[in-house]
Amino acid sequence: MITMEHVCKSYKIAKRNAGFGEACKALFHRKYEKIYALNDITFTIQDGEMVGYIGPNGAGKSSTIKILSGILTPDSGNCFVDGRIPYKSRIEHVRQIGVVFGQRSQLWWDVPVIDSFELLKDIYSISPSMYHTNLEELTDLLNLGELLRSPARQLSLGQRMRCEIAASLLHNPKILFLDEPTIGLDAVSKLAVRDFIHKQNQIHKTTVILTTHDMQDIEALTKRIILIGKGKILMDGTLEDIRKGNKNIDETVAELYRTYDI
Amino acid sequence: MQKYLSFFRLRFSMGVQYRTAAFAGVITQFAWGAMGILVYWAFYEVDSNAFPMTFSAVVSYIWMQQAFLAFFTVWMMENEIFDSIMNGNISYELCRPIHIYDMWFSRTIANRLSSAILRCFPILVVASFLPKPFGLQPPTSLIHFILFLLTLLLGLAVTVSFCILIYSLTFFTISPAGLKILFTSIVEFFSGAIIPLPFFPEKIQKIMELLPFASMQNVALRIYSADMTNRQMFSAIALQIFWLITLISCGKKLCSIAEKKVSIQGG
Repeated sequence: MITMEHVCKSYKIAKRNAGFGEACKALFHRKYEKIYALNDITFTIQDGEMVGYIGPNGAGKSSTIKILSGILTPDSGNCFVDGRIPYKSRIEHVRQIGVVFGQRSQLWWDVPVIDSFELLKDIYSISPSMYHTNLEELTDLLNLGELLRSPARQLSLGQRMRCEIAASLLHNPKILFLDEPTIGLDAVSKLAVRDFIHKQNQIHKTTVILTTHDMQDIEALTKRIILIGKGKILMDGTLEDIRKGNKNIDETVAELYRTYDI
Repeated sequence: MQKYLSFFRLRFSMGVQYRTAAFAGVITQFAWGAMGILVYWAFYEVDSNAFPMTFSAVVSYIWMQQAFLAFFTVWMMENEIFDSIMNGNISYELCRPIHIYDMWFSRTIANRLSSAILRCFPILVVASFLPKPFGLQPPTSLIHFILFLLTLLLGLAVTVSFCILIYSLTFFTISPAGLKILFTSIVEFFSGAIIPLPFFPEKIQKIMELLPFASMQNVALRIYSADMTNRQMFSAIALQIFWLITLISCGKKLCSIAEKKVSIQGG
């Protein structure tokens, strides 16, 4: 179970106006602004749930994921994942979770993907039998096959993303955080990824938290959505709650953003 | 432990696949070594008694320095680590059950070992067949050779733990450019990479020998060329161990502070 209670996180950002004069002024006196990336966030997610975490750019989605995965420490508030405080016991915590950051890569660039997988096997101390079962299953479901023997740098984005997702699941995590896993993928890869995430949740009862800007992802995968904007939770409900009439999902969400003025 | 060995293995096997880089490195190091030796030769021709080391000791110092360049140059830092801090890819490392410090340590050691192994043998072989007095001399005794190997590895570990301090500082400065320039110049000068430490005035040399930089290449290279007395050797080794422990504990502390305060760049 994941609980966030009144979590706040702020960043200090140096700001100045355009121009040479302003740049010189900033040499001597720098103005910082405090930006509240998360402002009193509270929610609970049960085991085995699939939740879509949506909001416009800069709403605080990635910050939430980073706090939940133990990378960032919040300024205040409580955060528990299966009874652990992620940022306090980072190492024990991360054994139980899998994370995919759609805009980053966890594979070693110059070596075959399988080498990265073998490294993960040792990092998570996965037993050989479990590793082989998982690898076989993932290869099968994500259609990896020959990809495993090519260097990561020579894979297309869609191929790489499938490998990235497999890499995050080798150690059988109970919770999977997906931060924009379908960004930049073509239709076929998107469908494959969605289908896989769905199966993973069905078969292994993995809790999935998904952030995305692609509303078809949300429509295909999640029942529950949490809407975040300007660091605050604006809505926690189902797709049906927000849908009005026969409008398509993108229009519905755009209208939702407009009503909340985010 | 197993996981850090795996990091080592992967980085090592990655390092040895760059054959052209190694070949180019060997050529460069030959040219560089020859240049250095000729410069010293010109000086020694004038008055060989004016210098603190014998010419053949200087020659061995330079060839060994070139052969194990990858062990000791500070500019050869892991750019992937800097990149991961700058662009935020470090977040992937942070969601693994590993200690960042240990992972960096094994990676950096592996990288330097793999480059050195590819480069050192051609240099060592060719340099030992060069005509006197330009060739690499065999070690003075078996004891000297064993101590040379020991201090070589200690020096590598000191260099690596120093580099990791710079990696961790990047968490605070965001860009590594300034740190790299500053520390590269300091280390090159104080470690004896530009000219061996005995060539400095005695008082300055005494202070320099106490600094951590003198525990990098200085000890091994001078033990090989038999430039140190027994007492000097043992105090130098003790100092190497002292600096290694100090640098590692400072690095671990700094790393854990950085991990707590880290803000991931680039969303």
